[in-house]
Amino acid sequence: MASTTGETLAAAEPIADGRTEEGEEEQVVNPWEVSAKGGKIDYDKLVDRFGCQRLDESLIQRFERITGRRAHVFLRRGLFFAHRDLSDILDAYERGEKFYLYTGRGPSSESLHLGHLVPFMFTKYLQDVFKVPLVIQLTDDEKCMWKGLSVEESERLARENAKDIIACGFDIERTFIFADFSYMSPPIYKNIVRIANCVTGNKIVGIFGLTLEDYGGKFFFPYIQAAPSFPSSFPHIFSDKYSKLRCLIPCAIDQDPYFRMTRDVAPRLSYHKPALIESKFFPALQGESGKMSASDPNSAIYVTDSLKDIKNKVNRYAFSGGQDTIEKQRKFGANLEVDVPVKYLNFFLDDDAELLSIKEKYGSGAMLTGEVKARLIEVLSEIVERHQRARAAVTEEMVDAFMAVRPLPRMFG
Amino acid sequence: MVVTGFYPDNMSRLNPKGPIIFHTQSLESRESSLSACSFHAASINPFLKSLNRNLKPIYSPAPRPPLLIRRRRRSMAFTKDQLLARLQELKVEFLSCDHPSVMTVEEQAKYVGHLGGALSKNLFLKDKKHRLYIISALANTKVDLKILSQRLGLGKGGLRMAPEEALPEILHVALGSVTPFALINESARSVSLLLDKGFKSQRYCLFHPLTNEVTIALTPSDFDKFLLSIGHEPAYVDLEDCPVVGKDNPPDLAYLIPAEALNLPGGADKVPPTSAPAQTNATLEQKTKQPTQKPKEPSKEQKQKSGNDKPQINVDAVADSTNVEKFVEKVLEKVSNVFISELSKQSNAEDGNIKDHMLEGVKQRVSSDLLSMTMTLKNSVYTQGFHAGIESTLYPLANKKIVERK
Repeated sequence: MASTTGETLAAAEPIADGRTEEGEEEQVVNPWEVSAKGGKIDYDKLVDRFGCQRLDESLIQRFERITGRRAHVFLRRGLFFAHRDLSDILDAYERGEKFYLYTGRGPSSESLHLGHLVPFMFTKYLQDVFKVPLVIQLTDDEKCMWKGLSVEESERLARENAKDIIACGFDIERTFIFADFSYMSPPIYKNIVRIANCVTGNKIVGIFGLTLEDYGGKFFFPYIQAAPSFPSSFPHIFSDKYSKLRCLIPCAIDQDPYFRMTRDVAPRLSYHKPALIESKFFPALQGESGKMSASDPNSAIYVTDSLKDIKNKVNRYAFSGGQDTIEKQRKFGANLEVDVPVKYLNFFLDDDAELLSIKEKYGSGAMLTGEVKARLIEVLSEIVERHQRARAAVTEEMVDAFMAVRPLPRMFG
Repeated sequence: MVVTGFYPDNMSRLNPKGPIIFHTQSLESRESSLSACSFHAASINPFLKSLNRNLKPIYSPAPRPPLLIRRRRRSMAFTKDQLLARLQELKVEFLSCDHPSVMTVEEQAKYVGHLGGALSKNLFLKDKKHRLYIISALANTKVDLKILSQRLGLGKGGLRMAPEEALPEILHVALGSVTPFALINESARSVSLLLDKGFKSQRYCLFHPLTNEVTIALTPSDFDKFLLSIGHEPAYVDLEDCPVVGKDNPPDLAYLIPAEALNLPGGADKVPPTSAPAQTNATLEQKTKQPTQKPKEPSKEQKQKSGNDKPQINVDAVADSTNVEKFVEKVLEKVSNVFISELSKQSNAEDGNIKDHMLEGVKQRVSSDLLSMTMTLKNSVYTQGFHAGIESTLYPLANKKIVERK
C-alpha cells in the first residue's frame, strides 16, 4: 500500500471511478497524491465523490454495544470517519459470523512517523475487541515499481517496517505479516490472476490514472493489493470452513480506489465484498497547508525521535492557532480550527473531559499556546517512548515468527 | 402446606457435608410464604425416602389460588423460573439444587451426586436434512452416534452435532445446558427426543432446567407427565442396542425422525465452529469420530492432543491464560488491593474516596504501558517456542547428516 502521506508531487490527475473531471481539479486524492487547493481537504466532498458512507454516531454506539467497551479514541474523535458495508460486518458478527482484518503498508522508507502508525494502532484495537485474525501486507513490490528501489532494498525496508508494525502490539497468535516478494505463492497468485481476469486495462487507467508510458507492473499491482481481501489467498490460515469469511479493511481514505475495484470483482468470484473503515489524513506539524513528507523531518513526529526532538519539533514547528502576543491571546483566545497541537491532542488524548477543558480554556484565552504544546509533548512522548521500548524488544526471530507461513489455530479464541 | 419444590441454599456449595437450608412453599396464600428448615446433608436421603412414600401432595383446606403463570403459546424463550412454575402447575414434584455453572457430568456430579439420582448426558444433534434431535442418556450409557444414525435410517454418518448457534436460537439455552426441558419452547417443537430406557428404572432423573447453574431431580413418571403436557410422546430407547440395519431389518428408530426440518441459523451448510461442541454434559465416546464429523482443524488436533474430556473448559482456560488484557487487569487489581490496604495502615480510613480516585488515576496511566509490555512478552515467548519447534523437527535430520558423513 502506498503510504498515507502525499509524498510524490505528481501532476494533478483526473481520478474518480473512470469519470474524468472537467476543468480544474479542486482536490486530488489517490494512493500516490493527496493535495487540495487552499490546503484543506473537503472530506464531505470526498465521501460523496468516492461513494462511501460516513461513520455516524449510531455506528459508534453500536461498536460500543457489541464490543462492551468504550470506542477507540480515533472513532470517537472522527479520525476514522468513513466506511463501506461496516454495518454488514457488525450484523454478521452479532449473528456469530466472524471476519478477518486486512491492512498493509508500502515500505518506502525506514523511518515511520505517527501518521503511519495511525491505521496500525486502530487495527490493533479492532483485533483486540473483536478477537479476529489479521493479515498485514507489506508491498515491497509496489515500492520497487513506483520508487525505483532495488528488489533487495525494498525487501530490507519491508522487514524493517515489519518491526515497527509489530511494536504496535499485535498479537502473534492471530496476526500474519507477509511481504509480497516472499509470500508470492500458488494460492495468492491464482487469486491475483482471477482478479486480473475481471479488470481491464481501461478500468485501471480510469481508477488510477496510469498511461501507456507507465511500466506494466503498475497496471498489475492493483490486483496484488486486492488479493488479500479473499480468504483463499491464505489457505494455511483459512481452511475450507472459512472459505467465505468476510474481510474488513482499515485504511486511509486514499486507498479507497484499490478496494472499490476489489469490491467490484468480489461477487464475480463469489466472495463477500470486503468492507472498509477509512481514516482522514493526519495533519502535518505545519498545518493543513503543509504535507507530511519523508524529506522534511520537521513535518512529523517520527518513532525514532528522542524526547528532546519531540519537544523541539512541537515547540518550533507545530503550527499554532494562538494569537501573536500573550495579551491578545488572553483577550481573543486561539483559533482552534487551524491549531495543530489541539488537532493532535484531539487524536492522541484519550481523556474526553480533559480535552474539552483544554479546548474551552485555549479558545477563550485562559490557556496559552505554550501550555497546550507542553501537554501535547507529554502525550506524544509517552506514545513514542512506549513504541520505542516495544520496538527494542522485536528480534529478527520475532519477525520470522510473525512472517512464517503457519496456521493460527486460536485466531478466534 | 404443600411441598412442591425446595431449593438448597447456596451454602451447600461450600460444604457438601454441611447443613443445607430448605425453603418450603405455601400455596395457601397468593404470595408464597417461605419458611426455612435446616437439614444436615446426611439426612437428605432419608428425607427423599420419605418423599417417595408421600408422592401425593397434601392439600390444605384453603382453596388453591389461581396460578400466576398463564399457559400460553410463547414464541419467546422460556426461563428456568417459568419452567419450574409450569412444573408446579402440573403438580410435578422436583428437587432443585443451585450450583456454579457446570459444563460436564463429572462437575455436575460434584454438586448434585448426593441427591441419589441418575445424572443425564444430553446431546443436541442434527442430520443432513437439518432435522434436530436431543438424545438424553444416563451418564454411563454408551452412545454411539454411528449406530444411532443407522437405526434412525440416516445412513452411517448422518448424525452430527448441531451448530452452536442452534442452542440459543432453537433450544433457547446456553452452551452446556442442553436438556430435554428445552422442548418446552415453541421453537423446539420439531426436535425429536430420544430417551435412554434406563431412566425408567431410576428413582430420580437429574436434568438442567434450562440453565446449567441448577439441576433438578424428578421421578421418571413425573418427567413423562411433563413431556406429555408439552405434546411430546416420551420415546424410550435402548441406546446401547446395536441391531444390524439392512434390507431385512429396517431402521428400528425411523419413527423418531422429526416431521419437519428447521431453518438452522447461519445458513444451510454452516459447519460447526472451531470451539468444541456445546453439549458437554457428556463424556462422549465418539471423541475419535469428531475429526470425521468436522473438517480437520489444527485447533481440534491441538485439543485432542491435550487428551481432555472437557474441550470447552480447556479452550476457555487456554484463551484466558494467553489473554493479555485479562492478565493486565488481574495484575492491576492485585497491586491496587495491596496498595489500598497498605495505605489504609498508614493514613486514616476517611480518605477512602481520595484513595480510590488516586488508584483509578494510577491504573489509567499505567495500563497502556503494562499492556504493551505484556504483549511484547507474549510475542517473544511465542517466538521462542516457535523456533524451538522448528529446531526440534530439524534436529533429527541434522544429526543424520553428521552420521552419514562419518
